[in-house]
Amino acid sequence: MNISITINGKAYDHDIEPRISLAQFLRENLDLTGTHIGCDTSGCGACTITLDGKAVKSCTLLAVQADGCEITTIEGMANGAQMHPIQEAFREHHGLQCGFCTPGMVMTAADILQSNPKPSEEDIRHGLEGNFCRCTGYHNIVKSIQHAAEKINT
Amino acid sequence: MIPAKFDYIKVSSIGEAVTLLDKHGFDSKILSGGHSLIPAMKLRLSRPELLIDISGISGMDGISEEGDKIVVGANCTHQKIASSKLVKEHLNILAQTAGCIGDVQVRNRGTLGGSLAHADPASDYPATVLACDAQIIAEGKNGSRTIAATDFFQSIFTTALADDEIITSVRFPKVANGNYQKFFQSASRFAVVGVAVVKEGDAVKVGITGVSDTPYRASAVESAYDGGSSAAAKAVHGVEVMSDHFADAEYRSHLAKVYVKRALEA
Ligand SMILES: Cc1cc2nc3c(=O)[nH]c(=O)nc-3n(C[C@H](O)[C@H](O)[C@H](O)COP(=O)(O)OP(=O)(O)OC[C@H]3O[C@@H](n4cnc5c(N)ncnc54)[C@H](O)[C@@H]3O)c2cc1C
Ligand code: FES
Ligand code: FES
Repeated sequence: MNISITINGKAYDHDIEPRISLAQFLRENLDLTGTHIGCDTSGCGACTITLDGKAVKSCTLLAVQADGCEITTIEGMANGAQMHPIQEAFREHHGLQCGFCTPGMVMTAADILQSNPKPSEEDIRHGLEGNFCRCTGYHNIVKSIQHAAEKINT
Repeated sequence: MIPAKFDYIKVSSIGEAVTLLDKHGFDSKILSGGHSLIPAMKLRLSRPELLIDISGISGMDGISEEGDKIVVGANCTHQKIASSKLVKEHLNILAQTAGCIGDVQVRNRGTLGGSLAHADPASDYPATVLACDAQIIAEGKNGSRTIAATDFFQSIFTTALADDEIITSVRFPKVANGNYQKFFQSASRFAVVGVAVVKEGDAVKVGITGVSDTPYRASAVESAYDGGSSAAAKAVHGVEVMSDHFADAEYRSHLAKVYVKRALEA
């Protein structure tokens, strides 16, 4: 089936089998391997991208369902060499260790901050319910997102 | 994990969806948010030959006020319901229910219609549609009909919908005094027990999900209600309580009583 999707501002036209997930399509057809597949069963959040501005788990979305939509992946967050404030905050506040969960964390954070520019610590923790991290204990991820909110708001 | 092969059609009208469902019968499945169906297809528990995507049908994702009712389109996402001003003002119990489903990402995709049609015994909405006495509006080849929430859920993953029918909207009476209380399964965040309570004068309506393989109205609690919370002791009266690796029947029964008490006291 033919689909047209805008990903990180660039238009893509592809012929794709309906049973291919968006995560697989991004990684295997487009080489956008920043989107990680952890569980492949909608549990871990590593595959989170934004679809028309909203965080979704791309392992549980068929690529054909995204036909006509605008997608942002982790590769689309930085502006050239200039990191996105959320990425910068993760670096400054030690928001990652192995980095496997990080693309999903950053994309979920983007949704959290868009719908709630001044989230409380509790709002952030609730917002991250669908993202698992095996390394950090979440503490510095939450701190990073709090600092990202400040950066974006100033 | 990759599902078995299927064809995919995105329809633009309810009529088109119903015609395809009628023609392909059991081999076809409606696709809305996909957050119950796609995981089942990836595990090959479900192998439809045709997916009929209804997410693009215009007019099926609105929320409107009609006199003393709030009408919610079947394609509304949990997120849209949880953040709707209209729902928060006139039907806060529904906003509260939608807001505690899964996580941000799940709420951004999953829909009211998909959740009700799927009838997972651990899903949240059934408790609330039961306690509110909501009406489910379904459309099939013979036109549209209204199904009372109390007639809708028939058993595990089974509803009153006919093979050619889709849910188009759900009609809720406005609720001034209601609340939803949930004991989360800690990994998936589904309801181990979910209790919805709607109070009207001296009476109370209690919907319970997660406890039995079919969500139910706790009529024993409703008739024993005296304005306090002692009626909560009757939460599982006459009900066959589920037992699984998250909670055995004894623990689940205990949770049901505790959560009914909390909901009556909230
Ligand atoms: C990680 C995770 C956590 C979750 N946690 C919770 C939770 O805490 N509580 C909870 O209640 N749910 C939870 N869910 C389920 C979620 O709410 C689903 O979105 C919902 O159950 C199904 O809605 P959907 O739109 O995604 O339906 P789909 O997956 O598209 O469809 C589900 C079923 O309904 C049918 N269908 C869909 N729309 C219609 C319609 N309008 N008319 C007739 N049939 C239709 C489909 O054919 C299919 O059989 C969770 C899901 C995931 C992946
Ligand atoms: S890979 Fe999609 S949620 Fe884990
Ligand atoms: S940094 Fe390793 S999983 Fe989160």
